[in-house]
Amino acid sequence: MLLSLEPRGQQSRLMLWCSPLLAALLTLACGSLLFIALGHKPLPTLHTLLIEPVSDLYGVGELLVKALPILMCALGLAVAYQARIWNIGAEGQLLIGALGGSALAVNIIGMDSRWALVMVLVAGTLAGAAWAGLTAWLRTQFNANEILTSIMLNYIALNLLLYFVHGPLRDPAGFNFPQSAMFGDASRLPLVFEGGRLHAGLYFALLALVAVWVLLQKSFVGFQIKVLGLDQRAAGFVGFREKRLVWLALLISGALAGLAGVCEVTGPIGQLVPQVSPGYGYAAITVAFLGRLNPIGIVFSSLLMALLYLGGENAQMAMNLPQAITQLFQGMMLFFLLACDVLILYRPRLKLRWARRTAAVATAGAL
Amino acid sequence: MPNPANTPRLQLRGITKRYPGCLANDQVDLSLQPGEIRALLGENGAGKSTLMKIIYGVTQADSGSVLWQGQPVHLRNPGQARQLGIGMVFQHFSLFETLTVAQNIALAMGPGQTPSQLEPRIREVSARYGMPLEPDRLVHSLSIGERQRVEIVRCLMQDIRLLILDEPTSVLTPQEADDLFVTLRRLASEGCSILFISHKLGEVRALCHSATVLRGGRVSGHCVPADCTDLELARLMVGDAEGLVAHYPKAQGGAPFLQVAGLDWTNPDPFGCSLRQLVLQVNSGEIVGIAGVAGNGQDELLALLSGEQRAPAPASIRFAGQPVGHLRPDQRRAQGLAFVPAERLGHGAVPEMSLADNALLTAFQQGLVAKGMVRTRKVLALADEIIRRFAVKTPDAQAPARSLSGGNLQKFILGREILQQPKLLVAAHPTWGVDVGAAATIHRALIALRDAGAAILVISEDLDELFQISDRLGALSGGRLSPLQATAATTQVELGGWMAGRFADTSTPTPALAG
Repeated sequence: MLLSLEPRGQQSRLMLWCSPLLAALLTLACGSLLFIALGHKPLPTLHTLLIEPVSDLYGVGELLVKALPILMCALGLAVAYQARIWNIGAEGQLLIGALGGSALAVNIIGMDSRWALVMVLVAGTLAGAAWAGLTAWLRTQFNANEILTSIMLNYIALNLLLYFVHGPLRDPAGFNFPQSAMFGDASRLPLVFEGGRLHAGLYFALLALVAVWVLLQKSFVGFQIKVLGLDQRAAGFVGFREKRLVWLALLISGALAGLAGVCEVTGPIGQLVPQVSPGYGYAAITVAFLGRLNPIGIVFSSLLMALLYLGGENAQMAMNLPQAITQLFQGMMLFFLLACDVLILYRPRLKLRWARRTAAVATAGAL
Repeated sequence: MPNPANTPRLQLRGITKRYPGCLANDQVDLSLQPGEIRALLGENGAGKSTLMKIIYGVTQADSGSVLWQGQPVHLRNPGQARQLGIGMVFQHFSLFETLTVAQNIALAMGPGQTPSQLEPRIREVSARYGMPLEPDRLVHSLSIGERQRVEIVRCLMQDIRLLILDEPTSVLTPQEADDLFVTLRRLASEGCSILFISHKLGEVRALCHSATVLRGGRVSGHCVPADCTDLELARLMVGDAEGLVAHYPKAQGGAPFLQVAGLDWTNPDPFGCSLRQLVLQVNSGEIVGIAGVAGNGQDELLALLSGEQRAPAPASIRFAGQPVGHLRPDQRRAQGLAFVPAERLGHGAVPEMSLADNALLTAFQQGLVAKGMVRTRKVLALADEIIRRFAVKTPDAQAPARSLSGGNLQKFILGREILQQPKLLVAAHPTWGVDVGAAATIHRALIALRDAGAAILVISEDLDELFQISDRLGALSGGRLSPLQATAATTQVELGGWMAGRFADTSTPTPALAG
């Protein structure tokens, strides 16, 4: 037996837009089956997982707290992915952003000016951008594949963070716990409203949303990025500078991830800890594709992803479900999205072994 | 004879195919005898390619039936068509660029035959039909003309009963085309039926026994091409044939604009063509035509002129005296260059992007960008103007470039460059695969641009076209350029000799180049 995919003659734009919804529905259906297999009633479990966490204002605030770093990372990734630069390193860029911001913040705990916060945020953002800059440099200078370099830099970033948390940045008065001192109030992000944890990172995320939307949809640089992604020869033919665009896309990507990281440590956490990110940078990859690399789509998909994080924690507490449920749902979501896309663009065809000859010829001829 | 003489090899009955927004084929009937060479004529967008794709199983008709040797068949994919003995050479090639010639051919032959086993046969077939090919060359290093040879040879490798050729001669020299015709006639005499799409009416008349003309998706007439004049054929195709066979007065040209002096460039690709001591001057207000068989340095010269490939010495290429050899494409455009590359999709236009975005692609220095932002309204206005002025057939400017037929896209790309009012236009194969009506539009536009004072360099393999529009002519052969000669003072025979490399070496640089 041989399964082959043939391109469909007419691609349905409507179906391509519906495919994220379809993927979400399939994820729910499969999730329900999974719960049944685990001996839980599917509907109440889904309620615990997806509705209960956001049934009050506090929950909605928590949802946004989780969504913000994912949103910022995914917006940056969308810029890179539009240029077909596969930056998988948002996680590392986020961690380095958090580390860079913290390194400054613990040294100015006593500073009482609002500039402290500005400086810390800038330091984190620049650190994230610089970390992505490494990937850009390796790609433009040595033609190194950015997928590999950015993944490997994630692990370097994580170990750097662990080293600093256990070593130079450890709180001297912290009973040897691997965490930094609490930041000074002047370098903490203010809360949006009392009684929750939602912080002023919200405004940065909204700003980033508008900026990325303008960049990708309205600006000439965004146009160049898209041309580079779609057709490298055409980009060369009109003189768009590939190296500059690669640098730009990766720096934007890294800066936003760095900002996400520094907002985490100056916002809800308040100090540098080893668990700054429960994989926000990786989740952002799924989110960026789920949102079709479109800033508006990414807003919705990052909210969905945040809900899965929140619901996973809730299900763990309320129903004793393993925490892996979050990752499972993330994985299913991405899997179903990709599967839907493939089936919308291609028609699967089963062929028996004896028909292989025809298949080979057909593939060669149809291209 | 395997078939009774009265059973057609192929019969189409009432074929109808509808695409969103257009009726590509409307109740088309066609019948083809064994050994018959049939021309399929029609404007771009008349539905020829769609009909061929239905016969080859690439797409399926909405209604109507296909009869193969009298038996109804339902062709679901090209594999089936190949098994029946139908071969097709596409206008857009279907080759894997990262594989060698032999590997590409082996893929089409199916399992059981390795590329190395096929090599001797490839050499034999390609030599027999006068299409020299190196089986172990990688396809990406081949020029358009050479790639087409691979396509043709690939079809000839199998037991072929119907060969469909979509503009096969557009990249061949007259001599090569004649050789191909010998091949095709031999194939036909062996009983193979041939469907031949071409816009070159002279060829159709020389080769084809009969012709079917499509207009707007319908059969608008049948004729015996040998008995018809160009004008009669053209009238069947476009309805109104005014000004199709035009003669343009030759121009003298003014001050030199493009000066290439002693341009030497060594190709890093060992199979590619290196340029040797190129000397070329194009004056404002004249059209210089450069002929040559594909793969003789055209691609390399084009890349060096456009700036995709930087010249080794800045001063070896000058615009109005200014050295530009070191400048990027956009910087050269800022100095008045416009450029039409040989490949429309993937080079001259981004297939997935809309026509409006593709207008922006090269015209971004024409006030379409303000403070880093794209002025969408102006871009749309420009795209609409190109579509209107050059009669591009498309629903609107939002249609993706990929959805246009080859000729329509060419009109759009040429229009885009011409509307930028360049001082120098470099155009590669400006009317390749374009119907007579559109070719006349493009020629008129080029002449008008010349008369407005632009310097124009046309690189083409269509000698009739070069003689029709060029004021001076030359030929590239093996990376060397023949001396340029006023069109009136040369003949097709002499130009053919230059294409074969029979000219004196002109390595002495022109003495009076203005600095």
